[in-house]
Amino acid sequence: MLRVVLIQDLAISRGERTLFSKLDLTLRSGEAATLVGRNGAGKTSLLRAVAGLLRPAAGSIGFEDGNGPIEADTARAEHLHMLGHQDGLKSSRTAWEELRFQTLWTGGTEESARAAAQRFDLRRLLDLEVRRLSAGQRRRLALARLVASRRSLWLLDEPMAPLDAGQRAAFGAVMAEHIAGGGMILASVHDPLPIPARSVEIGA
Amino acid sequence: MRAFGILLRRELALAWGKGGGPLLALTFYACVVVLLPMASGRAPERLASIAPGIAWLALALAALLSLERLFERDYEDGTLDLLAMGPAPLEAVAVAKCLAQWLATGAPLALAAPVAALMLGADLKVMPLLVLCALAGGLAFAFLGGLGAALALGSKRGGLLVAVIVLPLFAPPVIFGAGALDGYAAGLPWTGGLLFLLAYSAGAVALTPLAMGAACRSALD
Repeated sequence: MLRVVLIQDLAISRGERTLFSKLDLTLRSGEAATLVGRNGAGKTSLLRAVAGLLRPAAGSIGFEDGNGPIEADTARAEHLHMLGHQDGLKSSRTAWEELRFQTLWTGGTEESARAAAQRFDLRRLLDLEVRRLSAGQRRRLALARLVASRRSLWLLDEPMAPLDAGQRAAFGAVMAEHIAGGGMILASVHDPLPIPARSVEIGA
Repeated sequence: MRAFGILLRRELALAWGKGGGPLLALTFYACVVVLLPMASGRAPERLASIAPGIAWLALALAALLSLERLFERDYEDGTLDLLAMGPAPLEAVAVAKCLAQWLATGAPLALAAPVAALMLGADLKVMPLLVLCALAGGLAFAFLGGLGAALALGSKRGGLLVAVIVLPLFAPPVIFGAGALDGYAAGLPWTGGLLFLLAYSAGAVALTPLAMGAACRSALD
């Protein structure tokens, strides 16, 4: 299980433009941090850099478990999960097919997928094709995958945007549970998260 | 390995699924095979002599059909992010995709090739060799096609770009396969062409995943 994420002196550029530089951030087990900043400040880029999808221009991102530093590739393949703007769902497949595949692919089991679907009130929607789901329902499906894959570091990019008030509260409870269990959350947000979280200004 | 199996099953389901898959490729193949003789004039004996070649070339063209979707759809809807964060490296993801592509279109086409060649009047004795060439060549077409699809990721008019990247790479297997088929039909030495084709396919399967992984990474960056 991942205990520490150590971001040191990080700089990210897109093309010629430097989004931010000299960012230091340490996230420990049981902590949540929210990234705030104007549009285009580099919040999404930072999340993608932590997930290993984007190469930083300078600086380092390290991961530690209980026994000390671990390989970044291992950490990314086994301990973190990112939920981006896009839900990564194929519109012609059924909700259950997609949830099942994504959960198994990210290290969960069929039982954990079912439990997560129950948790996000998706049971009646599982047989529907993804194209028939609303934006909020798709997001709930993606959140179910996040919970079912049982990773300790959650990277969330505007996770609440399409959710209604009731679902926001429900997801708040899920996040609080994750934090209480020793997990970590790094989230890019415009509205504050419904859980206690440190706020980190990006590109100020 | 377990993850690879899960991914392969999904890719197969997607490749067989609605809007395309083997049926589209087979229909396209049938159209090409029916059209080519119309352009070659009426001389059944001449047609019979080039029949295996036509059946073989049309395979390469049919293999181009669904390449564009191979990585592009996953890239557009965010699935590629998810695949990149999974337990297997992107190289293995690429292998699973190309293998599924081969199973869903290459293998059915390989079974259709002898039927097409027979319709055009080819000799029965070349059929086993034609199927073998089509299976091995189809593997090369799928992996080289995957390379083109990965390189074209994120570009406008990706489909056209894929064809331009991939068709020159299709030339060697087409030549080797046609050489083997021609030689066999004419009673000349033919094993050389077949061995070259097999070697080319093996090389493509071994090397292109590395390039596909790198291309996907650079597209995500």
